[in-house]
Amino acid sequence: MTALTVPARPDAGASPRPLPWRRMAGVTWRQHRAALAGMALLLGALAVWLWRMGVPLHRAYAAAVACHPAASAACQDLVVTFNSSADGHFMGSKGPGGVLLQVLPALIGAFTGAPVLARELETGTFRYAWTQGFARWRWALAKLVLLAVVLAVATAAFGALVAWYFQPYGGASPQVPGLFENSPFGDLFSLRAVTCPAWTVTAFTIAALAGLLIRRVVPAIAATLAAYAGLAFAAAVLLREHYLPPLVTTAVSLPGASTAWAISQWSTVNGRFAYAGDPPLNLVNQYCGSGSGAKLGPPGAVFTQCLAPHGYLQWTSYQPSSRLWPFQWIEGGWLLALSVLLIAATTWLVHRRAA
Amino acid sequence: MNVIEASGLGKRYGRTWALRECTLAIPAGQVTALVGPNGAGKTTLLNLAVGLTPPSAGAVTVLGGRRAGSPAALDAIAFVAQDTPLYKTLSVADMIYVTRSLNRRFDQPYARARLDELGIPSSRRAGKLSGGQQAQLALTLALARRPQLLVLDEPVAALDPVARHDFMATVLAAASADGVSVLLSSHVLTELERVASYLVLMSRGRVRLAGQVAGLLAADGQASLEELALAYLRAPGEREAGQPETTPEVTG
Repeated sequence: MTALTVPARPDAGASPRPLPWRRMAGVTWRQHRAALAGMALLLGALAVWLWRMGVPLHRAYAAAVACHPAASAACQDLVVTFNSSADGHFMGSKGPGGVLLQVLPALIGAFTGAPVLARELETGTFRYAWTQGFARWRWALAKLVLLAVVLAVATAAFGALVAWYFQPYGGASPQVPGLFENSPFGDLFSLRAVTCPAWTVTAFTIAALAGLLIRRVVPAIAATLAAYAGLAFAAAVLLREHYLPPLVTTAVSLPGASTAWAISQWSTVNGRFAYAGDPPLNLVNQYCGSGSGAKLGPPGAVFTQCLAPHGYLQWTSYQPSSRLWPFQWIEGGWLLALSVLLIAATTWLVHRRAA
Repeated sequence: MNVIEASGLGKRYGRTWALRECTLAIPAGQVTALVGPNGAGKTTLLNLAVGLTPPSAGAVTVLGGRRAGSPAALDAIAFVAQDTPLYKTLSVADMIYVTRSLNRRFDQPYARARLDELGIPSSRRAGKLSGGQQAQLALTLALARRPQLLVLDEPVAALDPVARHDFMATVLAAASADGVSVLLSSHVLTELERVASYLVLMSRGRVRLAGQVAGLLAADGQASLEELALAYLRAPGEREAGQPETTPEVTG
């Protein structure tokens, strides 16, 4: 073997200037292109699917909305056609496709985030990566930020497409009798153009930290999905309704009809609190007639109307559908803050941790 | 200048001390063999020296007082870990790209020339290379960084005899022609006999003996490194009574 010699090295004495951040772009791309390609393929396939199903859906909806006079039999037929196509729809929010969409941010975030550190620890390559001249905390920070930005851009575009697809269900157009009118605060709130990237990036940063702590890819993915489910549940059930103080009305039907999000209902009598939610049975029996009132159906305008002459006033607190975008940005904001915190914690732990 | 300086260095994992009371000064320009049975604490000492793990006690500096693991230290140290970890899915060319990007200095012509000489195609994935080729690739990437200190953890343990010989030849060429200080650990003594000029003998988390090979052999009256090491490793208890925990280096 010939001795190919290493050229003389320059004098290394002074404390070196950090290497430029941009060098991590190519490194990150080479190491994670397979994961990114997988994500692009999944999102691309779903996007094509949404598009192909969304075009006829929008067409049926537009036909039903444009029809005049709305009450005519021909128009009602169009409404029925749209509703039946939308009702048992595969991509409906309760259909299998809709459920798949719900877990998409968690899946994308977990599968791209968990390997970033766990794979290095699992295969021992961290001994290579963390002994190069690029300080290891900068290595970790650059990777996490770069991948998070790429994920955010891709899922924001996808979130816009999802919002477009579900537009006909949202009742954004002038009211046509019989058409669906779902609140934008429903199941798909977390899949819109702001919240979809925010939840994806949050899942990604949870997964990266879990990978560092657990050191194994698959358990880190499982832990991420569990943590994500808890967080998503807490946001939907506990936090979201408090983003802005709800409006209060005594109107029987909410302003904005069924697209508003009713938070709670209570009634007062003569300015004092009477009951929350549905009227008690004895009150109904007393004022609403024994015949119809004995049957305890869903609460509704019937009771409110028959109790009104006796001084009962029904109050409803609600979030109007016009608050969709403020709510999107509030949720996106705290998720972004959480992600930044998780990235900072992960970076600090990489800097500090015992290998 | 000392390439490694440790004082009272210790590392504890849970309740077990993997390394304790290690005081050591390895001078520059040597090929240092870190020898000891499995579990002696060799890998722990190397991990501390390259900053992969923080010490539980004491301190370690490298290359004339640079804090282990600091940017200044990692700039001038190249480390090849046990089983030569590489990104298995990346091609050889990508491994070169990644290593060049992560370091201030990288001698790409040198890396290319060496890999050509070894017959390692740059389009092949690192995981598809033979064990010997993977080790040579890891070593080439390390040397192309033009380090002052090359640290190798059990570099040839998994290699066949031919690959071992080739690997050690590359290491020796770098050491003799370019003055790279080398620190390598092994539990096989025979392969170090020819190459080591400085010896650090470890067992059960402690440094038993350290010094220039020639000086140690002369002082102990042993004919070979192997006999010397065996004498210390067989009866560490008896030796400890008469010898200090860490023998001061024998200047030579």
